Amino acid sequence: MKAIVNVFLKNGVLDSQGKAVHHALSGHGFGSVKDVRVGKQIIIEMDESDETAAKEKVAHMCEELLANTVIEDYEIEIQA
Amino acid sequence: MKVGIIQFPGTNCEYDTQHAFAALGCETQILWHKEESIPDGMDLVVVAGGFSYGDYLRSGAIAKMSPIMKALKIYADNGGKVLGICNGFQVLTETGLLPGALKRNEGLHFISRHHHLKVISNDNDFLRHCRVDQVVNIPIAHHDGNFYIDARGLEELYAHNQVLLKYTDASGNIDNPNGSVDSIAGICNKAKNVFGLMPHPERAMEALLGSDDGRAMLEGFINA
Repeated sequence: MKAIVNVFLKNGVLDSQGKAVHHALSGHGFGSVKDVRVGKQIIIEMDESDETAAKEKVAHMCEELLANTVIEDYEIEIQA
Repeated sequence: MKVGIIQFPGTNCEYDTQHAFAALGCETQILWHKEESIPDGMDLVVVAGGFSYGDYLRSGAIAKMSPIMKALKIYADNGGKVLGICNGFQVLTETGLLPGALKRNEGLHFISRHHHLKVISNDNDFLRHCRVDQVVNIPIAHHDGNFYIDARGLEELYAHNQVLLKYTDASGNIDNPNGSVDSIAGICNKAKNVFGLMPHPERAMEALLGSDDGRAMLEGFINA
């Protein structure tokens, strides 16, 4: 089983990297870009067969290490 | 006075810190991160600067999983004094020993230069030898020094005199190099036994090398 974890800065926490990328895209003529957020994706291969159990474990990993919940939110997607 | 200095893979300021405290007459001991306890009789434990675990994932994030951090938490919970410098500050916020978090510098650059700081609170061991509003000159060297805390947390910090230092110019006017909330460079916990700052007082020990303003700060821990 595979878990895809996306970690982003919370809404309201300034994303300087996203802003810099937005600025660069606008400067290159991509005028329709309204907002850019930069996050990270963590892909975890797991020896699990139960989706609920896997998701619970990954959520625990996020709280313990993968995300800093003071400034970041996370989303978990489980793939069979 | 006995000072323990924690060393993770990637720590690189442990020997500067050791040199600084030795110059002040302290006995020092490097503590490898695999240790499961803080040796008896430590008067201060410093989480030194550097790039623990290469700053992978987030600065200080992987270091918080090391065995010695569990011991450090117990040590701090029992009133033991802890000082986190630069990456050490990041490790302490990641561990939850200090509130807030350190984000990527607003301008995205790594900043390495001397910077002025203003003393905001001195009713603590760390800055008791400094005056409130005193301006000191201390080197900074960081990529992730942008201190973040939400509005409620910030209010709490001020309410309990936990804001220690702010980035300023030489005259004491706010001069924020990295986007930190309220230009904050250093804080302590509510109990005032855990201290964290991004600037490096251990690198400001000799006037000949640019500044010895760090000396008075570190001396605060001696006989405190």
